[in-house]
Amino acid sequence: MITRRRFLIGGATATGALIVGYGFWPSRRLARAGVLAAQSGERLVVSWIKIADDDIISVVIPHCDMGTGIFTSLSQMAAEELDADWGKVRAETAPADPLFANGPLAEGFLLNARKMTAESIPTFLRGAVASTLGTIAGYVDLQTTGGSAAVRMTGIYGMRIAGAAVREMLVKAAAARMSAPIGAFRTEMSRVIHAPSGKSFSYGELAATAGRYSPSSHPTLKAKREYTIVGKSMPRFDIPAKVNGAVRYGIDTQLPGMVYGAIKISPVFGGKLVSVSDAPVAHNRGVKKIVKLDDAVVVLADRFWRARSAVDALAPVFDDGGNGDVSSMTIRDRHIAALKAGKIKQDLAMGIGADALKSGTVVERVYNVPYLAHAAMEPVNATALYKPDGTLEVWAATQDGLGSRAFCAKAAGIHMDKVAFHLLPSGGAFGRRLPDLWNFLTYAVKTAMVMPGVPVKLIFTREQDMQHDFYRPNVTSRFRAVVDTGGMPVGWVNDYITDDEANTEAHIVYAVSNQAYGAVKVATHVPTGPWRSVEASWHGFFVESFIDELAHEANRDPLEYRRALLKDKPRHLATLNLAAEKAGWDTPLPSGRGRGIAMVECFGTIVAHVAEVEITDDGVLTVCCVTSAADCGMAVNPDGFRAQIEGAVIFGLSAALYGEITIDHGAVVQQNFPDYRMMRLAECPAIDVHILESDAPLGGAGEPGTPPVAPAVTNAIFAATGVRIRELPIRNHALGKAARP
Amino acid sequence: MGMRLNVNGVVHELDVEPDAPLLWVIRDELNLTGTKFGCGISACGACTLHVNGKPVRSCTVAVGSVAGATITTIEGLGAGALTAVQDAWIEHQVPQCGYCQSGMIMAVSALLAVNPAPTDDQLAASITNICRCGTYPRIRAAVRTVTAGTGGRGQ
Repeated sequence: MITRRRFLIGGATATGALIVGYGFWPSRRLARAGVLAAQSGERLVVSWIKIADDDIISVVIPHCDMGTGIFTSLSQMAAEELDADWGKVRAETAPADPLFANGPLAEGFLLNARKMTAESIPTFLRGAVASTLGTIAGYVDLQTTGGSAAVRMTGIYGMRIAGAAVREMLVKAAAARMSAPIGAFRTEMSRVIHAPSGKSFSYGELAATAGRYSPSSHPTLKAKREYTIVGKSMPRFDIPAKVNGAVRYGIDTQLPGMVYGAIKISPVFGGKLVSVSDAPVAHNRGVKKIVKLDDAVVVLADRFWRARSAVDALAPVFDDGGNGDVSSMTIRDRHIAALKAGKIKQDLAMGIGADALKSGTVVERVYNVPYLAHAAMEPVNATALYKPDGTLEVWAATQDGLGSRAFCAKAAGIHMDKVAFHLLPSGGAFGRRLPDLWNFLTYAVKTAMVMPGVPVKLIFTREQDMQHDFYRPNVTSRFRAVVDTGGMPVGWVNDYITDDEANTEAHIVYAVSNQAYGAVKVATHVPTGPWRSVEASWHGFFVESFIDELAHEANRDPLEYRRALLKDKPRHLATLNLAAEKAGWDTPLPSGRGRGIAMVECFGTIVAHVAEVEITDDGVLTVCCVTSAADCGMAVNPDGFRAQIEGAVIFGLSAALYGEITIDHGAVVQQNFPDYRMMRLAECPAIDVHILESDAPLGGAGEPGTPPVAPAVTNAIFAATGVRIRELPIRNHALGKAARP
Repeated sequence: MGMRLNVNGVVHELDVEPDAPLLWVIRDELNLTGTKFGCGISACGACTLHVNGKPVRSCTVAVGSVAGATITTIEGLGAGALTAVQDAWIEHQVPQCGYCQSGMIMAVSALLAVNPAPTDDQLAASITNICRCGTYPRIRAAVRTVTAGTGGRGQ
């Protein structure tokens, strides 16, 4: 167990929680970290900030770059408190070493949950906890990127404080040089200025001296009104290298003497390799080895295309692990049966809970969402080198460098000290590369161990990537509401299927006096995992569809109906109202057009979308535009935040319109983009994003834009046609004149 | 089984099977990794490059069929400097993960070479590459900047 000096910082946040700052190290550990992270001419001043002789400030980021812009926004937060010259600020990836574990991310969640239990660990972190130390204390050894947590955890509890502490150390260094009181100095544009004399020092000049001081545990932080870097749309650091092909993603790892692996995994999850004959490819050009694993076969060759065509020519026999009869239909039947059987784990109840159903008018609806693959553009892959001395080196794009290192050590059966892990930028992730969803690391490590001394790059084809994902679960949810004579809900009972724990995301923000939630556990052999916005991706669709249905049942405008239930929720109301106003909610639409609204809060951010759709008499659907309002407290990089909402809308639209992974004979049916369709430019609506500022704590950016998209569109379809879609994807439903009520 | 391949103005002598996919020859023989593998069946466009100036999805092109042709990858697009398209991509902060953007930029550049002012419909019909991060609105805006010649950077 690594001990880390941890300091408590006085003061309270807006929510009354105690702020816990990042634990800075004693100088001995800092020196070791400096060896890992600092080049010649650079000094690691605190864990995450380096200052070079030429004044370049490098912010060391304990996350991966998966395209959300966090290297820039986290650097903005550090640079702001540091009074840095933004033009001289850079960001780099932290080494996958416990010295650079992301304590603030862990502490951020500890603050929110106060007392951790297995159920209170956010889904996206559960793998990290299990794969590192197996305890909640394992939190301190993580570098996970997920949960829309970078800015609101790492930034708030880490980068800001580190920046402010370093600024104070630099001032102290200047004061010592001039033998002048600290109060006589101010900082500006990476300089410490002695106000009375006007004499000034660059940060680079002072870094060596500053590094000798202990960082303050409670540096003075700026007020929001003093910000000059945070809250500005700074161009992202990573973009120039993404327009000329220069970025090296995981898949671009090239090593001398490297061989390539192509894999074929048991089509049925959990099935084992029974037999495979090498004969068809044993003499193929470039083929080095045919590796038989427990549940897969890998061909190693000197070039990927040779490995791939060889693996395609093999005819491996797998057993089905007893799941060869499972299909989407059988899974769906089990959901319905489980809901009927009522083996419900009560999650939360308010008022008289489910007893509300005993009297009054009950409205009942059942909804379903399908399995979804992540389908990031870069298929999963990893490069591993198992050396003759028993050490292992791995290169890959994952959402947790340090966790990956521990995971690879476990896969190889060696100590973590014998493993080096190089975290590379990822060509999309969306949850696919989170802890423990790392079948690609396992296969790469196991294959490399068969060829000691030879680097092995194992690449999943798109087909293998799609058929061996950890899917957004297939979820069925049943709602029963009791409504009063005015059609307003007075009882709300929601029971839903889960293959994991109960989901707090099911809980509604609407003022309904009696509520009850129940989770019904149905496990299948289909591996599932977090998918952009996780539980909110399904509960958002369910809740915002059902509330819309209740509004229509009551013959009330869906916006006005929601407003009536949000009287004591000013932030939600403001977000909803802004989206409606910007979308021109009250302006009339021509026949064939409809508007739908939906709002979901998740990861600390509230997002409302208004979707406008057009449907021809033949049932051809066009999503014309999406108008969004979001309250994330404050956007650290507003243009970057807008980009995340735009992307989240399109990600949600692909899923809502087309997305469906189906199971047949125990295996995934879909193979590639033709049968797992994505939105393309031609179908992409105009997206108009509006950011609200509020006093709320900073919220997440990457995920919260996704959940309200599907219900905004299906609610719009209902407004245009009267057809209510309760099962996604939309393309499975007829919308033409003949199908309308 | 020698083969000559002209990529970014350099002629390479290669010993590869004529049916090897151009994408993998470019990536693994020539170490030009800017051209990406996305689907392997010409469905996503991440591997788009130019063959004699025309956009081609290189994952399904046999290398033998382009011996003697002039091939340009993202690395060779601007001959050392960024093109107006690349400048506009930076100005509009288009990329997120960036993985599809080599293919996007190659596809858009090829379109603009033959149709310098495409309508929105022409753009949509021509650019069928997939971006999972959802950068399409910014791609549209960036293309408009290029076609209007209003790019601000360095002009």
